[in-house]
Amino acid sequence: MIWKIFLFLLLAFVSIAGIAFPIVEKPSAWYEFPFIPGLEENAKIIFFHVPTAWLTVIAFLMSTIFSFRYLKNKNLDDDAKAYSAAQLGMIFCILATVTGAVWAKFAWGQFWSWDPRQTSIFALLLIYGALFALRSSIESEDKRATLSAVYSLIAFVTVPFFIFIMPRIMKGLHPGSADDSNAGPIIDFQMNSNMQLIFFLSLIGFTVLYFWMWRVGYRSIIIKDKLEKQLMIPTMGQGG
Amino acid sequence: MFIIVAISVILFSIGNETITESLTAGLFWVVIFFTAMSGLARAFVSEEERGTTLTLQLIASPTTVFSGKLFFNLILVFCMNLVIALLYSALFEKFVVQNFPLFLLTFILGNIGLAVASTIIAAIIAKAGAKGTLYPVLSFPILLPLILTCVQLTLFSFDGTSFEEAQFELAIVVGYDVIMITASYMLFDFIWKD
Repeated sequence: MIWKIFLFLLLAFVSIAGIAFPIVEKPSAWYEFPFIPGLEENAKIIFFHVPTAWLTVIAFLMSTIFSFRYLKNKNLDDDAKAYSAAQLGMIFCILATVTGAVWAKFAWGQFWSWDPRQTSIFALLLIYGALFALRSSIESEDKRATLSAVYSLIAFVTVPFFIFIMPRIMKGLHPGSADDSNAGPIIDFQMNSNMQLIFFLSLIGFTVLYFWMWRVGYRSIIIKDKLEKQLMIPTMGQGG
Repeated sequence: MFIIVAISVILFSIGNETITESLTAGLFWVVIFFTAMSGLARAFVSEEERGTTLTLQLIASPTTVFSGKLFFNLILVFCMNLVIALLYSALFEKFVVQNFPLFLLTFILGNIGLAVASTIIAAIIAKAGAKGTLYPVLSFPILLPLILTCVQLTLFSFDGTSFEEAQFELAIVVGYDVIMITASYMLFDFIWKD
């Protein structure tokens, strides 16, 4: 219980600090952020955009790992864990897309410009949208778990093409692309220590929040399945 | 038949306007994608409909079944895309290939990737109860990296780019094919057995 309160305080602090701390030319007080050329006031959204994008990757990775474990052990609990992770991944993916689009509007001039990163996150949305479409179309529980696990593994082997290869060979605006003059993420050298601190606190806070949500999510799925089975047996007995 | 309809729709909609090379390359792969979507979905569905799946499960190993289906789809894809390529070179002014070996290699590698990915998706669809609309939804994200790279390579072959410059894109397509074949053979057992 105590860690939930602590998490609440941490995320509240990160949100307030991320939004309210001023950006100044020469930071002197502990709460002032440095001025980053090219980013300016837009830099603040980094505290929310990067953690959501990071959790998208973590959630989909976990979804794939539990899909693989389901195929190995045929344990429906693993399927519930994979499904719950995919659901959360979808939520964070949408959040990352929206925060990215808002950032793009102010940094690059328009909400959507088919930058390689935007293309790849669009493909991620499509993949997991297709996964949910597949899941909802199958009635049988075992079959649904097997087929969605297979699809999620096939989809996952194409994900490296999107996340790591495409943005690097195509010209783009996002940091880390082929013609990027900064050559690398901004975190390393342009942030000062207090900005880094809040950035990593935000990463940690959101990650803990994700694991908490994921635990609640998969437990509720498992309990729901159990309840349905318990309710089904007596009715079937009466019918027969 | 679908090929002729699709190409004539494109020709009518273009009208008298001149289109660029990049647009031609894109339209070429768009037609290939949708032809594959309409043609290749049937591979496993027909087995389920006629009820021959159980017999196949008894007499053949999953690998053999998958190889057979894959081979059939490969032949189908190659025939269809050959027709599309011939029609395009006859009907589109800008469809002029400068670097023919590069185009041929792209064409072959792209077709292999297309056939493998659509075969494994077709197997999933057949087990899921043959929903026709689900097939393109499931295939599109899987095929997207292949198609984007193939469009780029086709454009290179129009421009007459040499093999050295197109090396990276070729490596991506080869990698995609190898990964797809490996993953499909490993995962097909799970789809087929249940």
